[in-house]
Amino acid sequence: MFPPVPNPTTGPQSPKFGEKDLMRRSASTVRPPAERQTEVAKLIDVSKCIGCKACQSACIEWNDTHPEIEENTGVFENPHDLTSEMFTLMRFTEWENPETDNLEWLIRKDGCMHCEDPGCLKACPAPGAIVQYSNGIVDFVHENCIGCGYCIKGCPFNIPRISPVDHTAYKCTLCSDRIAVGQGPACAKACPTQAIVFGTKEEMKKHAEGRITDLKSRGFANAGLYDPPGVGGTHVMYVLHHADKPEIYAGLPNNPTISPIVEAWKGVTKYAGLAVMGVAAVTGFLHYMVNGPNRVSEEDEEAAERLTGDRSS
Amino acid sequence: MSTDTDTDYDVAKGDSVHPGKPVMVDRYTGGARINHWITATSLVLLALSGLSLFHPRLFFLSALFGGGQAVRAIHPWIGVILFFSFLGLFLRFWKLNLWKREDGTWLARVRDVLTAHDERLPEVGKYNAGQKLVFWSMSILIIVLITSGLVIWDQYFAAYTTIEQKRWALLVHSIAAILAISVWITHVYAAIWVKGTIRGMVRGSVTGGWAWRYHRKWLRELVAKPPAGVPTEDKKRTAAE
Repeated sequence: MFPPVPNPTTGPQSPKFGEKDLMRRSASTVRPPAERQTEVAKLIDVSKCIGCKACQSACIEWNDTHPEIEENTGVFENPHDLTSEMFTLMRFTEWENPETDNLEWLIRKDGCMHCEDPGCLKACPAPGAIVQYSNGIVDFVHENCIGCGYCIKGCPFNIPRISPVDHTAYKCTLCSDRIAVGQGPACAKACPTQAIVFGTKEEMKKHAEGRITDLKSRGFANAGLYDPPGVGGTHVMYVLHHADKPEIYAGLPNNPTISPIVEAWKGVTKYAGLAVMGVAAVTGFLHYMVNGPNRVSEEDEEAAERLTGDRSS
Repeated sequence: MSTDTDTDYDVAKGDSVHPGKPVMVDRYTGGARINHWITATSLVLLALSGLSLFHPRLFFLSALFGGGQAVRAIHPWIGVILFFSFLGLFLRFWKLNLWKREDGTWLARVRDVLTAHDERLPEVGKYNAGQKLVFWSMSILIIVLITSGLVIWDQYFAAYTTIEQKRWALLVHSIAAILAISVWITHVYAAIWVKGTIRGMVRGSVTGGWAWRYHRKWLRELVAKPPAGVPTEDKKRTAAE
């Protein structure tokens, strides 16, 4: 058992991180802090999850969201997808293991992975709408968000959702407001089986190791940690009993990276584009300086007069 | 017979010559000019709002529209206005912009074009090869822009395409926009460089000398037409045909 985050004191506390700890800020250049805060992480042990959705309830409770009541369509997901009011979602998969012929009920808590190299932040055009703190938390700052939805295209995990009410993007904050005062995320606090635990990234990796050894001893030879290197690692990690095929867990991407299309759009296109337009303008200016205006001459006017004169005669 | 077809292509309704000193030639009707300036205004507003989301250093341009949220909301609507406005221009001018034999020659002598040796160029109709290229590249780019634009207009159309398709649309939209802005720069520069051109789109008329120098074939065809300048007579004639 991993020691849970202790209950908070009742006295007022000042936040442990803030503006000065920004590593990245969307559409802006920031100087990263000289000293990085200890990286935090949430570890979701899929093998211990019982699918009770206490994490979803805790998330709704803490963030004061109001997901719409939907229709039951015969599946366990509720609501049917992440929304701007539902930052985390249990996704259920019935998977037949071809090796054992057993039906395995895979339950994965979906939500923002808090990538070390966040695609949402890379794609965001609004200065300061997405920030990354040095402890690894990627957060959306709603007063700066313009609702363009570029973060959705940047995200390799299909997480952000635009609110139809205030037209800004929402996702899991890793309970940055709770962590700032020494508490754990609401979902981790509510989880009855400790399938969700929270601590420093190092602690979580170590804890995961123990879990993986345990799973391997129980016959899950491919048990492993999901901390995808393609996005520089994540600050939400999974322990998977079938880590060799993450896609069976409701399409968890195998080796996710920021899409090369997004990289091309936010990389070379941005600079080459400005260069092309600049060259067009400068070429025009230089051409005018060298050649001067192209004017109609007196002879041209006279020629036109002769031409029209011919007709009237 | 071939000259008849040429006349049909190179002279638009409303084009006419007024003999005098100087000769004046009607080039654009009031409708065409209003149509053009609606398109021009939308294009400038689209470029400014689009650029504000294109590069962080240009985000300050969003202030012109009332902030980022306003840009996000208004940019696609201006795009819709531009599309229909340009469609109007397209329907007015597409026939006059069909590629002709002399256009190849004109283009091959681009050096003479740029050094203002217009006397060495072939006589061209209402539009020269450069103008035709602007027309057709803008037509294609605007189709690409409206199509890719709808794909990334999340407020109304988010559900109809996949995220991967939207990524492509973003890339295509930004590249097409860069090209469109570059074509626009060329178009505006040409109008500034060739004196007497802007008057054609502002007042609707150009001088005879201007038409003689840059669009002699068009001028000749206009002169060859039965005396125009009286629009009613002109209309009667077309109606009788």
